[in-house]
Amino acid sequence: MTPRQRAWFFAVAAAGLVACYLWAFTGLPGFGNYPGPYGQEILRRAVGETHATGVVSTVNFLYRGFDTVGEEFILFAAAAGMSVLLRKLRAERETGPADEADSRTIPATSSAVRIPALLLVGPTVVIGWWLASHAQTNPSGGFQGGVILATAFILVYLSGEFFTFRKLSPVVLVDAVEALGAGGFAAVGLAAVVMNLPFLYNYLPLGQFPGAISSSGTIALISFFVGLEVAAAFVLIVGELLEQTLLRSA
Amino acid sequence: MIPVAVMNTLQVVILVLVAAGAMVVVRTKVRVRQVLALSAYGVLLAILFFVFQAPDVTLSELTVGAVALPIILLLAIAKVRKPEQ
Repeated sequence: MTPRQRAWFFAVAAAGLVACYLWAFTGLPGFGNYPGPYGQEILRRAVGETHATGVVSTVNFLYRGFDTVGEEFILFAAAAGMSVLLRKLRAERETGPADEADSRTIPATSSAVRIPALLLVGPTVVIGWWLASHAQTNPSGGFQGGVILATAFILVYLSGEFFTFRKLSPVVLVDAVEALGAGGFAAVGLAAVVMNLPFLYNYLPLGQFPGAISSSGTIALISFFVGLEVAAAFVLIVGELLEQTLLRSA
Repeated sequence: MIPVAVMNTLQVVILVLVAAGAMVVVRTKVRVRQVLALSAYGVLLAILFFVFQAPDVTLSELTVGAVALPIILLLAIAKVRKPEQ
């Protein structure tokens, strides 16, 4: 195919794509016009049924909790697969590039990076926990809170303390926390099956009024476990990558 | 019958910015700069979700799109980078 023929081929295909695209646009519902029945139905009954005012969390951890368990285990499998792939084999020896100067040293982290990173660690932990523990009342949840908790560890690394990062997050402990988070979510769901209820049924007391931290039954508990799982998974992934990048054991 | 809503100025502005941001990310050739552009693009997307009243998705996008993904990409680039590039 000559370049000229290819250009013609592209022109025809692009014209067809644009035509189909515009045609599809004419069939869309108006902006902000939601035609499905589920949204209205969930808005009508969610708060009364669960005493959770963070309805997005209710959908995530209850109405479509089964999908969320699946997503949870996707992340779990990704982190586990990564640590298997990047594990250090017994006979493995990494050496630096052949053309690297022997005397090359890594420059120290500047104070302009170190000090803000260290100052942010505390607030980051607080925000992460707050988000992970308020899924039932606010727009937040275990996933967002978990990622922010993991960034607290990354800030420790950014402040130039890779070995502190490793000491704070030993792989065995992080693995255990990740397994606890993923397993806890599944266990909360399976406990319902043991009680002869549907999987992930909200069997815990709902609390006295909607909007309280203690309300919502299983939703808050699941969010907590998701927070643990996600934080551990991200610490594990970043830790493994950092180790691969930074440490060349002789 | 639900009345058909009209986009407000803020929504139009952020949609245009997100489209422009995506172009910047794609057109950036230096990999490390591209990751930084992607991170900024993540912030833009987060603002977009916020403007369209989805604060939960905003938080997810901020944490993953603007922070976690760029960190993982930067580490991967640092690992595979050839010397002096």
